[in-house]
Amino acid sequence: MAPRSSIAFLLAFAALCSLQLCEVSDDLDQTKSEPEPFTEPNQVPVDEKLEKPGEVPPIVSYSDPIEESHDDKQWQATEEEAIAKPEPDEEIAPLSTFKDDFKEELVLRPLHSGDIYASFQFRTLWDTDFLQGKRVSHYHLFPKSLGQVISKFSVRELHISFTQGYWRTMQWGQPYLPSPPGAELWVWFQDTVTDVDGAWKELTNVLSGIFCASLNFIDSTNTVHPSASFKPLGLGNVTDPRFLRYAMLPREIVCTENLTPWKKLLPCGTKAGLAVLMKSEKLFHSSFHSEAVHIRPVCQDVDCKAPSWELRQTLNVVFDVHTSGQGKKEWSLFKMFSRTLTEACPLASSSKVYVDVTDNPQGELFELLPASPLLTQAVVLGDRRTYSVYDLTNKDTFGSTRSLNLLVRWKADSGEMVRPLLHSERYVAGFGLQTGEIHTLIYNYHPYRAFPVLLLETVPWYLRLYIHTLTVTSKNKENKPSYIHYQPSKDRLRPHLLEMMVQLPPNSVTEVTVQFERALLKWTEYTPDPNHGFYVGSSVISALVPSMVAMDTNNTQEQPLFSSFFPCKEESSYFVRIYTEPLLVNLPTPDFSMPYNVICLTCTVVAVGYGSFYNLLTRTFQVEEPSPGLAKRLANVIRRWRGVPEL
Amino acid sequence: MAAPLTLVLIVAVTIRAALFRSSLAELISERVEVVSPLNAWKRVVEGLALLDLGVSPYSGDVFHETPLIIYFFHFVIDYAEIVFMIADGITAVALYLAVQHYNKNVFRKQKYALEADRYPHDCLELMRTPKEMYYVPLKVAMFYLWNPFTILSCVAKSTCGLNNAVIALFILCTIKGSALLSAIFLALATYQSIYPLTLFAPALIYLLQRLYIPVNLRRPSFWLFTSQYAFMYFGSLAVIVCLSFFLLTSWDFIPSVYGFILSVPDLTPNIGLFWYFFAEMFEHFRLFFICVFQINVFFYSIPLSIKLKDHPVFLMFMQIAIISIFKSYPTVGDIALYMAFLPVWSHLYRFLRNIFLVCCVLLACSALFPVLWHLWIYAGSANSNFYYAITLLFNVAQILLVSDYFYAYLRREHHLSHGLYLKRKDGGEATLVLK
Repeated sequence: MAPRSSIAFLLAFAALCSLQLCEVSDDLDQTKSEPEPFTEPNQVPVDEKLEKPGEVPPIVSYSDPIEESHDDKQWQATEEEAIAKPEPDEEIAPLSTFKDDFKEELVLRPLHSGDIYASFQFRTLWDTDFLQGKRVSHYHLFPKSLGQVISKFSVRELHISFTQGYWRTMQWGQPYLPSPPGAELWVWFQDTVTDVDGAWKELTNVLSGIFCASLNFIDSTNTVHPSASFKPLGLGNVTDPRFLRYAMLPREIVCTENLTPWKKLLPCGTKAGLAVLMKSEKLFHSSFHSEAVHIRPVCQDVDCKAPSWELRQTLNVVFDVHTSGQGKKEWSLFKMFSRTLTEACPLASSSKVYVDVTDNPQGELFELLPASPLLTQAVVLGDRRTYSVYDLTNKDTFGSTRSLNLLVRWKADSGEMVRPLLHSERYVAGFGLQTGEIHTLIYNYHPYRAFPVLLLETVPWYLRLYIHTLTVTSKNKENKPSYIHYQPSKDRLRPHLLEMMVQLPPNSVTEVTVQFERALLKWTEYTPDPNHGFYVGSSVISALVPSMVAMDTNNTQEQPLFSSFFPCKEESSYFVRIYTEPLLVNLPTPDFSMPYNVICLTCTVVAVGYGSFYNLLTRTFQVEEPSPGLAKRLANVIRRWRGVPEL
Repeated sequence: MAAPLTLVLIVAVTIRAALFRSSLAELISERVEVVSPLNAWKRVVEGLALLDLGVSPYSGDVFHETPLIIYFFHFVIDYAEIVFMIADGITAVALYLAVQHYNKNVFRKQKYALEADRYPHDCLELMRTPKEMYYVPLKVAMFYLWNPFTILSCVAKSTCGLNNAVIALFILCTIKGSALLSAIFLALATYQSIYPLTLFAPALIYLLQRLYIPVNLRRPSFWLFTSQYAFMYFGSLAVIVCLSFFLLTSWDFIPSVYGFILSVPDLTPNIGLFWYFFAEMFEHFRLFFICVFQINVFFYSIPLSIKLKDHPVFLMFMQIAIISIFKSYPTVGDIALYMAFLPVWSHLYRFLRNIFLVCCVLLACSALFPVLWHLWIYAGSANSNFYYAITLLFNVAQILLVSDYFYAYLRREHHLSHGLYLKRKDGGEATLVLK
């Protein structure tokens, strides 16, 4: 089906996919130990030479010389720094002394809708190797519960997220870490695992216990092995989808009981550091709440001789400040979290708060208090952003009040948001309970670049997809997918898996439709609220989106001519994964009060058939003789008894 | 006789062609009464699409046709409408010829019996006359081709029409006395949907009768022919199954086709008894009731063969009717096949007890199916029980119809041996009862 060229493209795509996490957050949490250290240096020259040293030079602080060796890579995005600090020999020194390393970060981004996006990231790095099968018994910062799970089930990578609410891409832009509503779990097992399904089953049950979530509802009916959409993000080149398991529980409701075990995984708990902000009643009083755990092996150093384990805990919250702020456009840490920051986590090697001030270069849009002298720039999701940085390990950050309460007072309405280049919608069309049609709309807002996306749809078996009705149209023309991987469902065993690669023409809407038939289930297979409907998990769109930075034609004038003729691949596109809305589909229902009646009535009909045939088969026609009267019959009985001939 | 048959065929084809061109075709092909998960055209197309994608059609649970069907339509997918019209035509012509031949035999036998003076004297009015029998084959063809059920089934492109054609050819070959062809077509029909397995007995009895071999378990000639026929049947079945294996080089189709028919995992509503029963069944009784319901279909063939061992063609009719009532995924196309036989038994009319009632119920149910379906699925003002009630009633009516014909047949046979006007011992007019 797929021509060779498209397979080659897929492989390239897969390799790029594996970089997504680093690209997404390359400014926030840059490690020296990324799987491919070449990607970042490539980014530097093209991107950062554009800086005009005369105007607002990014001020970079190197206040803490001890941490420099860790920090300097974070600032590598700016060229000045790269020139100023050539220190290759210092890089190796701290890595050999520290076994565990913990960093925490909070990014605050005022959204154009007026909401605030707060994104926490906690990263624990541990230079140990579960992969070799060694028994590890001593745990320092890395949570033991997860370490044991990884070694017991030979997990190579584990990604789990719990999300309440739906990320509104068109109002909020792209999230740093996307996640679908409900729970999502995907795991790469090591290629030494023989019974992957068994390990997966046990793992989901164990994780269900660890996170107090209904992950035990993950079974073969909602597990798939996508062939191209989910590639390993860490070390390792195993891309055989047999070792990948992906499941989504769109119905999962996320609440405090999921947050508490998540918080317990942090080295400082909620006692110190950024985690003191995590008060459940505030975090769940929000428009969007998503917590995630990502575990993957990464390189220990540039040579990548030995792996180390990275545990990344993220928490993304969108606060609706309009409704809680009584119409005043003003927010502060205290208002959002009912806490302020007083100290960094003592175990953290780095603890920082970033505030996105890109839209506010001159302070005309909002006022940020207390002002920070530190600014940094980074390319996030293909867009150059400027951040104010607050280093919590520095005592001066807290000022005289010994507490940091960031406050933003809006002066004007926020300007136009740059429209995300990739956006999607999904809905069910049709009426009645017999058939229906799933429509997925994928928008490419790029004015002149076409780019391919990978669409992954997982549909439960009780919506029987008809793949021959699959149509992909863009601009009223058929758009034939270059790659289709379809795995039909098995009743009560496995879901439909549809993966395809579609080229999105520039500035267009691509509509993917597929018809389905609604199955009538057994009465015990319905949920307790059958007429509420059945959820269909979000479809996943993975894409390499052309970067905004590359789109910015003004830059061509500022760049040195020798650097700008050929577009650089890493710079010109970035990886995005977006999740569509989950669907809620009604199925025809039987009458749940009727099992006895139905069994009785149907059996009666069968018995009518059986009885009438039995009658005709076993009996013969006889002339009906009038039966003698009762007295005569009695007399005959007596006569028979006496041995006298009957009457 | 060829001219009227041609006329019937032309009219039938015209109706079908007109319906294929109309917007109704789409609507009809979605009706659950007309197509079942086993024979829906949509699923055939889906199977072909899966093959094109390089996915085995049996890896999913949408396609349940046999490999031969998929390969057949692989070549004629563009002419599907014509194929289905031809299939209906073949069925009608085959039934026409078969019934013509059968009637000749019946008449000859009756003549011999009359000459041998084996009938009681008052049975003259039960005798069949050439005049009455003359139009029976044509009526059969007409009953099949003009039956709204057949037309719907054909317009929906339900592969049931093909199965009917195979069964009709099997009947024709059997009645013409060609044991090999009969075995081959029976094997094909069995391969398509298992249930025609029960037609083995009537075919065997008919062929034995034709060769004047008495059905006697002690005779070696009986066993010789039985083993011959069984060998031909199972041999061709094995050849067909192996051929299917080599077409796809996998045995996946066995669980996907036969497992699907026997274990009834798909509970899509249809006109049968299975869907709601097993949707509402308690989980720990499911296996038991599936066994009971499936045995129920096959079980009747033994007592029926014993009772009707002298009347194999009627036995065949009974078996086809029982299959279409009690099978796991029945459609109206199955009903149309046995209804086509009703003109053959038109001489039983005087002994039918409740034909009027049954006809009314069948008509009313056929009209109520779409109405209650609409109320349940689209309007939401009724629930599944409404549709279920109609399927129950429809099946009761069918059972009454078939058992009524059975009763009438047995009763006529009784009269032919005992006289039409029976007297009681005391000389009064007797009434016949089953005892």
